[in-house]
Amino acid sequence: MRFAARVEVRLRPGIADPEGATIERALPALGFDDVHGVRAGRAFRFELDAGDVAEARRRAEDLAHRLLANPVIEDSTVDVDRADV
Amino acid sequence: MAAHVGVVVFPGSNCEHDVAVALERAGAEAELVWHTNQDLRALDAVVLPGGFAHGDYLRPGAIARFSPVMDAVERFAEAGGPVLGICNGFQVLTEAGLLPGALVKNQGLRFVCSPASVRVDSDRSVLTAAIEAGRTLNVPINHFSGSYVCDGRTLGRIRENGQIVLRYVENPNGSLDDIAGLANAAGNVVGLMPHPERAIDELLGSTDGLTLLGSFLQSAAGARAA
Repeated sequence: MRFAARVEVRLRPGIADPEGATIERALPALGFDDVHGVRAGRAFRFELDAGDVAEARRRAEDLAHRLLANPVIEDSTVDVDRADV
Repeated sequence: MAAHVGVVVFPGSNCEHDVAVALERAGAEAELVWHTNQDLRALDAVVLPGGFAHGDYLRPGAIARFSPVMDAVERFAEAGGPVLGICNGFQVLTEAGLLPGALVKNQGLRFVCSPASVRVDSDRSVLTAAIEAGRTLNVPINHFSGSYVCDGRTLGRIRENGQIVLRYVENPNGSLDDIAGLANAAGNVVGLMPHPERAIDELLGSTDGLTLLGSFLQSAAGARAA
C-alpha cells in the first residue's frame, strides 16, 4: 500500500528562533498587531510503501528522527494517510 | 617525519585547498580525501574543512554526516585519532554526534565575516594542547550558522570537563557561553567556527592560525608515537 506522509519540523521550545522573531516583528506593519508566538519551521511531504498504516508511520517517524529533524534542537510531528484510495 | 593529514572533501566543501596549504606551512603533509573514501587508517590526523557540504541542504552538515567517509571518521576518532572540524566541518561533527550540541542560525540572522578574538580556555584538546590557557588569538570567522546551543546538562558537563577550548572575547553570533571551539570528552575531536587556515601569514593580518594548527600537528605526532 502507498501512503502519503507529511512531516513538520520546528525548533524546540527554548531554542531561539530568529526567523520566527523577525516575521513577528514585521507583522504589525501589516496591521497584524494581534499575532504572537510566531515560530518558523519546515514541512516535508513524501510517499512511501508499507504493509499498513502503523508500519508507514513508524518508517516515517524513523526517517524524521534520523534525517529531517536534529533532535538536539528540533521537534517533529508526522502525519500519514493512505495515498492510493 | 611530517604528520600525514587528510583533508576531507565533500561536494560543496570550499576551504580544502586553503587548509592543505596552511597545514603544509605548519609542517604537515596534506592529502585531499574525497568523501567516498572509507579507510583513513594511513593518516595521522583528519580535518573536515569549511564550505557548504552537500549544499548545506536541510541543515548544515545534515547530509554530509551520511557521506561514506563519516563512518571512517567515526572509527578514526574512536581509535583516538585527532579530528578537527573547521566551520562547516564543526557543523558536520555535531550533526554526526561526534561533538555534543548543535550550531544554529546566528542571532539576528546576521551573516558574520570579520576578524575575531578568541581566548584559549582549555588545553585539554588536540587543538590547544600546546597553547597556554588564557592566551588570546586573532582568527577570522565567516559563517551564518555558528551559534552554539546545547541543553543545560550538557553545558554543565562540557564546562566541567574543560571541553570548551575556545571562547569569543566578544560574542558575534549569540553562541551559548561564548563558545567558539569545543572538544569531545576525550579531547581528540575538536570543532571550531573560526578559520585558522585564514590566519597563517602577516599579510592576512594574523599568524595565530598557525599556532592552532601547529598545536594540532604536535598532538597528531604524539598520537602516532603512542
